[in-house]
Amino acid sequence: MYAVETSNLTRKFGNFTAVNNLNLRIKKGSIYGFLGPNGSGKSTTIRMLCGILEPTSGSGKVLGLDLLKDGERIKSFLGYMSQKFSLYDDLTVLENLEFYAGMYSLPKNLKKQRIEEMLAMAGLRGQERELAANLSGGWKQRLALGCAILHKPPLLFLDEPTGGVDPKARRLFWDIIYSLANEGTTIMVSTHFMDEAEHCDEIGFIFQGNLIASNTPENLKKSLPAVLLEIEVENPLERLGEISSRSDILDAYAYGPKIHVLVERPEACTDFSYHQITPSLEDIFVYYVKSQRKGLKG
Amino acid sequence: MKRLWAILIKEFIQMSRDRLTFAMMVALPIVQLLIFGFAINTDVKHLPTIVFDQSLQQEGRDFLSALEASGYYSINYTARNFQEVNDAIDSGKAKVGIIIPPDFSRNLHGGRSAQVQVLVDASDSMSASSAISAAQLLGQVKSQEIIIKHLPGGKMETPYDVRIRPWYNPDFISAYYMVPGILGVILTMTMVMITSMAIVREKEKGTLEQLIVTPLKSYELMLGKIIPYIFVGYVQITLALLVGILVFDLPIRGSLWLLYLLTSLFIIASLALGVLISSFAKTQMQAMQMSFFVFLPSILLSGFMFPRVAMPKIIYALGNLIPLTFYLDILRGIILKGIGLNFLFTQVLALIVMIIIILTLSILKFSKKIA
Repeated sequence: MYAVETSNLTRKFGNFTAVNNLNLRIKKGSIYGFLGPNGSGKSTTIRMLCGILEPTSGSGKVLGLDLLKDGERIKSFLGYMSQKFSLYDDLTVLENLEFYAGMYSLPKNLKKQRIEEMLAMAGLRGQERELAANLSGGWKQRLALGCAILHKPPLLFLDEPTGGVDPKARRLFWDIIYSLANEGTTIMVSTHFMDEAEHCDEIGFIFQGNLIASNTPENLKKSLPAVLLEIEVENPLERLGEISSRSDILDAYAYGPKIHVLVERPEACTDFSYHQITPSLEDIFVYYVKSQRKGLKG
Repeated sequence: MKRLWAILIKEFIQMSRDRLTFAMMVALPIVQLLIFGFAINTDVKHLPTIVFDQSLQQEGRDFLSALEASGYYSINYTARNFQEVNDAIDSGKAKVGIIIPPDFSRNLHGGRSAQVQVLVDASDSMSASSAISAAQLLGQVKSQEIIIKHLPGGKMETPYDVRIRPWYNPDFISAYYMVPGILGVILTMTMVMITSMAIVREKEKGTLEQLIVTPLKSYELMLGKIIPYIFVGYVQITLALLVGILVFDLPIRGSLWLLYLLTSLFIIASLALGVLISSFAKTQMQAMQMSFFVFLPSILLSGFMFPRVAMPKIIYALGNLIPLTFYLDILRGIILKGIGLNFLFTQVLALIVMIIIILTLSILKFSKKIA
């Protein structure tokens, strides 16, 4: 059963195709990581799924409701947090929460209980009367999350929720995401932090509006038809340009005093001393992007 | 209902936190009314006048003192030749030049018509027309005195007896005319400006995106942005009326309750106009510019500054699209004429129609989508 299912979802801005024939499937109760560089169409996709941006073509179902017909009805069942933590700066923590409780028409007793829970979750007890403007990044982020999930939405969209937040706050935030997923919430989170992607049940790579891979992190790693080698050379920075320009090398980057190269066959590097290492998601992403580019050229 | 309520509470809190805007909303009507009420004065009095009296006799002096007594002229300079009169008016020292010819007294006594030349600087048409009419009136009065004196038998009735009685403002006190107008203009300015910012500010700050993913309805948002400012409008009109009464002795001849009741229509129409602007504008800057696009016609075409009857038909018709046009009728009607609702049906109806159209447009225009 899928919480989100799209077929050929496309959005164009003038001549620019921000999202191109996206076929996305997100299992109920899973955490789906949406990865891609800036401007690759992550936010556009999420906005379409939230019903605040009209798709140019294609269709989709969110929680079984048709994206095109039931756009407004969907809104009661989802939570959305944009990358800007759109809180009212001139309202206090409590006033922000109460405002969104009103937006989702929570009944009085439930409202009180949920606001308490959100304060506890965000670690904002005792700061209820603080203006949102005065909160630092991590707290702001958790307050924004609190406002987005006050109504216990079964589906939660997080658009780059951890931008500009320190590592400790990031970890705290992911702890919250896990516990939400444990309670059955389906979560789609976009990010360009590759380490965050490892936390997800499934990952989708999006590049220039195209979904170029979608699978579990393990399967993605296994499916990689290339290997990552660590080679030792002298003056790695000077040799990098020469090495990466070799046609049989997909990618090369300096890694401390060594160079990591992504190759389809390890034989390509027999002129170096090397050993094979486990690729990270970043390496996999680079591989998919490069092969996508090749495909586009070819 | 819960959602509308939540928006109202939020708007009120934000309003109270934004001290500067709040102070502006309160101070603006008072300060503007004081400034405009005193400055916009169409009763032109004491025009600086230069006199070249060539006759230098009793009759000439009588005429001049009568002119001065009318209050429209103050004779500040005496000239010895024509050139001095010209120079004084050219340089702007004097607005009026009065030239009494050498044969003035002789002509009067000889029963011929005695001419007086009155030169008026008409580059300022308002003062010119006052000066001209005052001089003409004085000439007529003086002539009649002489004619009657010289008639055999001493007395007769004036053949045409036109009696003019200016109603509602017999002394032509311009403050009476201006203050209700300024009231309307101030309301337009603040109401349109405040709400034109309302939605676009949320667009700019990014809070609108968060708002439109909630089940909030468009009309709830519109009402939530309008209702709080109805109160502000009432605070403003109350303050402005107080200043009008206390400072300018503005008489309220009609029913204050009716005035307050009908004011709500104008406030809502202005707020709706602001909301419409807000749903079109992409930035607060644009909203501001569009607001000015509303202000200028409101000031120029509504009959606040210039009488609408004098306008070409098309411009007159354009004036009918402006809420202030009708509100001015209501204000001046109730405050100065003391008329009741039975004479204001057209205006009330016009405002209601405007509210419905503008609100519908803005609800339709504001879709809960971005881009």
